[in-house]
Amino acid sequence: MSDAGMSKIVRTIASVSFPFVLIYGLYIIAHGHLTPGGGFQGGAVVASGCAMILIAYGSSWILTKTKEHHISLLEHAGALGFIGLAFLGLLLGGVFFANFIIGEPILFGSAPALGSTLADINTGGVLPLMNFAVGLKVIAGLFSIILVMAYASGHKEGIQ
Amino acid sequence: MSKQFSYRMILGAVFFTIVAVFFIFSALMMHSFGIPAESAMDDAIITGAQEETGANNAVTSVVFDFRGFDTLGEATILFTAVAGVLVLFRRLKK
Repeated sequence: MSDAGMSKIVRTIASVSFPFVLIYGLYIIAHGHLTPGGGFQGGAVVASGCAMILIAYGSSWILTKTKEHHISLLEHAGALGFIGLAFLGLLLGGVFFANFIIGEPILFGSAPALGSTLADINTGGVLPLMNFAVGLKVIAGLFSIILVMAYASGHKEGIQ
Repeated sequence: MSKQFSYRMILGAVFFTIVAVFFIFSALMMHSFGIPAESAMDDAIITGAQEETGANNAVTSVVFDFRGFDTLGEATILFTAVAGVLVLFRRLKK
């Protein structure tokens, strides 16, 4: 993997197609409780888009925009959100991983009509929030892995 | 208290005993093999997932609600993998 990035053609194509990859991954994460997919799968899609940008522009350019420990911070936020939601279920619903939002008049709280019905995104209770947390965790985790490995393969010294 | 039994060892022994008793009792409280039948388990999830979790996707309701503890372990595996790679590649040469 070259550290200096690739040609102008590759960079242009990558930056044009990156928003579509991003939107598709975020769609998979946000619709995890309705359609196949979820936090892990959508996070892998978004991390692949980030890897495309990383290959096209080079890891040194990426490291002028963001630092690896900031991405690690995002991953910690995702993990803490996931486990915090689980403990909120213990606190408010009685058991670990209880779905305490379903039935409440807040976002994602309405119960769906039973049977094979049209999908409503405002359902699912705690599941969409857990999908968001896991998605954030997978995006940041995979991207920090790719970033650190790409930078280490192009340099004699690693990231300080 | 003699020197070879520090309070840390005693604390470890107490925690080990608590965890061991917890695991033994939870093993004794398990259902015997084949009860309930696997078809009953499938039917319970297929018919009750939408009503209990409020999600149309039964797979997500299993992953994040019925088997949420399993997903927590999966997230822990990912976290450990990321931490290991970051430790390995942080400084190759000083």
